[in-house]
Amino acid sequence: MHNFVSQIWPSIVDGTTTGAIYALMALGYTLVYGVLRLINFAHSEVFMVGTFASLFTLHALHINYAPGGIEAIGVFAAITIAAMAASGLVAVGVEYVAYRPLRKRNSSSLANLISAIGMSFFLQEVFALRYGRDLIPFPRILLKNVLFHIGNAEVRSDMVLVVGSALVMMFILDRFVNGTRLGRGIRAVAQDASTAVLMGVNIDRVITLTFLLGGIMAGVAAMLYGTFYEVTQYNIGFVIGIKGFTAAVLGGIGNIRGALVGGFALGLVETFGGAIFTAQWIDVVAFSVLVLVLLFRPTGILGESLQRARA
Amino acid sequence: MLLEISELSVFYGKIQALDGVSLDVEEGEIACLIGANGAGKSTTLKTISGLRKVAHGAVRFKGADITHVPGHRRVTMGICQAPEGRGIFPGMTVMDNLGMGAYTRKKRDAERVTGDYERVFSLFPRLKERRKQIAGTMSGGEQQMLAIGRALMSDPDLLLLDEPSMGLAPMLVTQIFEIIKEINGQGTTILLVEQNAIQALSVSRRAYVLESGHITRRALAADLLDDDSIRAAYLGG
Ligand SMILES: Nc1ncnc2c1ncn2[C@@H]1O[C@H](COP(=O)(O)OP(=O)(O)O)[C@@H](O)[C@H]1O
Ligand SMILES: [Mg+2]
Repeated sequence: MHNFVSQIWPSIVDGTTTGAIYALMALGYTLVYGVLRLINFAHSEVFMVGTFASLFTLHALHINYAPGGIEAIGVFAAITIAAMAASGLVAVGVEYVAYRPLRKRNSSSLANLISAIGMSFFLQEVFALRYGRDLIPFPRILLKNVLFHIGNAEVRSDMVLVVGSALVMMFILDRFVNGTRLGRGIRAVAQDASTAVLMGVNIDRVITLTFLLGGIMAGVAAMLYGTFYEVTQYNIGFVIGIKGFTAAVLGGIGNIRGALVGGFALGLVETFGGAIFTAQWIDVVAFSVLVLVLLFRPTGILGESLQRARA
Repeated sequence: MLLEISELSVFYGKIQALDGVSLDVEEGEIACLIGANGAGKSTTLKTISGLRKVAHGAVRFKGADITHVPGHRRVTMGICQAPEGRGIFPGMTVMDNLGMGAYTRKKRDAERVTGDYERVFSLFPRLKERRKQIAGTMSGGEQQMLAIGRALMSDPDLLLLDEPSMGLAPMLVTQIFEIIKEINGQGTTILLVEQNAIQALSVSRRAYVLESGHITRRALAADLLDDDSIRAAYLGG
């Protein structure tokens, strides 16, 4: 028990860090679900591509050390932009290739699911064939020194980077969706697609935009993951994808703020579960919590979606 | 003619909802399409707005064939619809709903858009009071006003109204029809779909009767109001 008490603050810090990455991933699932009512199972590969894009940018810039000052800012800007662009493009491409043709034919959601799984395998295999099936290390580009303490927990620079960047991205996304004309178009399609057309909204364009936004968030998650865990692999997206999806459902799928709540909630549940039951039990604890939450709140913590909220 | 529909046939799967429907709306008038539940009135409006595929026939607007123009582009061309059953965006505020009506307006039209907000607020003072309210929490009558006001925000040349009086208390019905006349008086052409035939005919110039996907009568609204067979079928004797 004493052991657990000493784990409280470290669990909060660790859980917040992984939770931030889950939350960014959850946004992609939730945005797409909001407008299309489908789960984009290829989102995990959107993330995977982003990690590779960050890594290759580091290779191209010959960065295998932790740069300082202006150079550090330039390097992080470069890998962030590369990951956002790569993930954003792949997300848009997945929609264009795997979903759009089915949508035009009014296919069943089962067909969409199979199409998504096919897309997932395709992307994984392309990367596996090209870059092998082993873990590929990232160089350490950020010195992981302890910046300050919360309680007895050490807070390192990489944790601050992960949580800070994620919060900034989520804030920007929230402002975009709730405060711009295009964002209003997304919300309109999510609430009532045919009425949105009656208002002159080009649904295809809104869908493309939605995948792009989700992809950009996954790209940032990928850059942060690479910096924090310092590895990638052709199937790196699998577990993160499931976690992001779980976070989205936990928070209330279709609900942007729910993705944030779900992400941090899942991260914290996992680390506390690990602290109480040892690390092997992390996933079991996380999914048990998901099942319990859904039993009592079938629409997740914040309800299905802000878009549909009555008040 | 502002709108010309000729020989329109529309299907839902194998079910034929419209079978050779032809109708015209002249610039400046109110035309109405009356008919019982399931006659195909909403389908007609949806097809004009580009939500349903046309199996046969054509839709012409301002002289151009728009049969295959995507729905969202028809709004820019000047067609806007207030859909059946208060199709507002329930989770958005009143202002955001009105903003959706102005979705296709250009930045350089900002001044005219401001003027259109004024127009909508003077037609529906209630909406001004409730600007910040979440639309889904308003009463049925307020939601109907919002749906009409929102459509006006696109500054349409042709306004399509699908059963604007549905489910409203009698006093509100009278009020809505007054407002419809006022909108038309300001220069907007209107195609009105209604089950409430007396009221619809009394504000309209031209009228069509739709029965199971067929137009069975076309006449001046005033003549239909006096017609015994129409009175018996739609006006309650
Ligand atoms: N989404 C749909 N799927 C299948 N049939 C439909 C659909 N919408 C309407 N219909 C059918 O088309 C016909 C016309 O419907 P509608 O245009 O809604 O009539 P109205 O507006 O006059 O009540 C009806 O027989 C209705 O059952
Ligand atoms: Mg109808």
